Amino acid sequence: MSDKTMSAEEAVARLESGMTLGIGGWGARRKPMALVRALLRTEITDLTVVSYGGPDVGLLAAAGRIRKLVTAFATLDSIPLEPHYRAARESGALELMEVDEAMFMWGLRAAANRLPFLPVRAGIGSDVMRVNPGLRTVTSPYVDESSGTREEFVAMPALRLDAALVHMNRADRLGNGQYLGPDPYFDDLFCEAADAAYVSCEQLVENMGTAELTKEAAPQTLLLKRSSVTGVVETPNGAHFTSCVPDYGRDEAFQRLYATTPYAEFAERFLSGDEHAYRSAVEAWQREWNQ
Amino acid sequence: MSTTRAETGAKASRAEYCVIACAETWRGNGEVLASPMGVIPSIGARLAKHTFSPDLLLTDGEAMLVGLDGAPEGWLPYRQHLTMVTGGRRHVMMGASQIDRFGNQNISCIGDWAKPKRQLLGVRGAPVNTLNNPTSYWIPKHSPRVFVERVDMVCGVGYDRAAAAGPSATRFHRIPRVVTDLAVLDFATPDHSMRLASLHPGVTVERVREATGFELTVPDEVPYTREPTQDELELIREVIDPTGTRDREVTEPKSTRDREVPDSGRGGR
Repeated sequence: MSDKTMSAEEAVARLESGMTLGIGGWGARRKPMALVRALLRTEITDLTVVSYGGPDVGLLAAAGRIRKLVTAFATLDSIPLEPHYRAARESGALELMEVDEAMFMWGLRAAANRLPFLPVRAGIGSDVMRVNPGLRTVTSPYVDESSGTREEFVAMPALRLDAALVHMNRADRLGNGQYLGPDPYFDDLFCEAADAAYVSCEQLVENMGTAELTKEAAPQTLLLKRSSVTGVVETPNGAHFTSCVPDYGRDEAFQRLYATTPYAEFAERFLSGDEHAYRSAVEAWQREWNQ
Repeated sequence: MSTTRAETGAKASRAEYCVIACAETWRGNGEVLASPMGVIPSIGARLAKHTFSPDLLLTDGEAMLVGLDGAPEGWLPYRQHLTMVTGGRRHVMMGASQIDRFGNQNISCIGDWAKPKRQLLGVRGAPVNTLNNPTSYWIPKHSPRVFVERVDMVCGVGYDRAAAAGPSATRFHRIPRVVTDLAVLDFATPDHSMRLASLHPGVTVERVREATGFELTVPDEVPYTREPTQDELELIREVIDPTGTRDREVTEPKSTRDREVPDSGRGGR
């Protein structure tokens, strides 16, 4: 079996401009930020980004890499509105497919199951239909006995991805991935909906199924199967500044800095070098901030 | 009402009436997830669970179902949360940047959607919530900017839009209440347009009308939002919200028109 480990640079080198890219996590929770930072160091642009949006969307939008965004929101959780996403929307800088949170999940499920769509009640009657004129409805072939009618649903199209980026607490060289926090979010669906999936992890372990940690954590924490994973990247602190419990919580102070600093200034200080340089710059800032 | 106050010895604040009104939205709901968004709805949901709706489920805001003491009793990651919504075993109280007279709600953006004047949260789960489980609203500052003739983007579906969309939309659609810092509103009218259900003590019908940007149905007799019991006041003040976070979301009225009016002036008209 093949060793899928690679560097963050090698992972993003496999991406191309114009791709549809899914990004796992949720809001400012367990986002593959080190992979996003690596992506920002490339020239890749014109992306269609599919994400339960957080600072991943904010950074890529601020850097002008997103042509089209598919999302239900973009938030920093403790800061309700993602400032760079907001600026991009208010200047009309990106195309948006705005769908409901559940529609989004069913779009990923359809893609993971190789279906063209799945029927969902959500969306009917709302302006999601107005702002997405391409959305179609589907009528049930079965008569609902309570109303005597055939119900009409949104036919949520599959959100098929060229590539997915997700971040796990642990992974092995083969691509088995484990989350240890309270919520898997939808990272397995992102990987299954994608032609190629790159998984960063806090810590690489040998033989996931027999590793010490897996004996302590229940088997259902083994979220990602190697059959839907293309590459594995070990990136300690790779979700920073989003949360990655139990390894670490959100870096609220740094997130506030991110949210209140103009992007050019933030990028100059934190994103001009590699991941090691990022860590050093963050640590330097933390020393200053703690004084 | 004044006797109740004399008995309790401490007059309820506006924020406390809001807590009571929010708690009441979950009365009789049984064993469903209460999803409060905002400080006062959260206090209200906990108060309801402490008192008349003990079977309610609550979350820690992330992935755990928790009891009133914060101890976990179950797991509810997002993917299962969405099934709680579509399965209907939930009553959510959302916020609204705009709401219209049929209960259409907007939290997405202000202005033209294609290039908004002000980008807000996005539709989030409002479409799935409103079509699948009871959805109430909490508005901490009742004003014509929020209560508008037409919302800029329909996120939460109102009664007229649901009816126009057909049986799949109306089947599980229900908006029990809209609670604000001034009043409680509902849609108990023949055409499901918004109606004034109760006034918080000290508020006049005129004040609510001024703060509402569309024609509101006002019954001949408008009751006041009920008084909290002594037990409820103690729970709010000593157990659920001892630091008074509720007063940061709704401040005690200071302007003349918001000030307590004498009993003789409280006809509710």
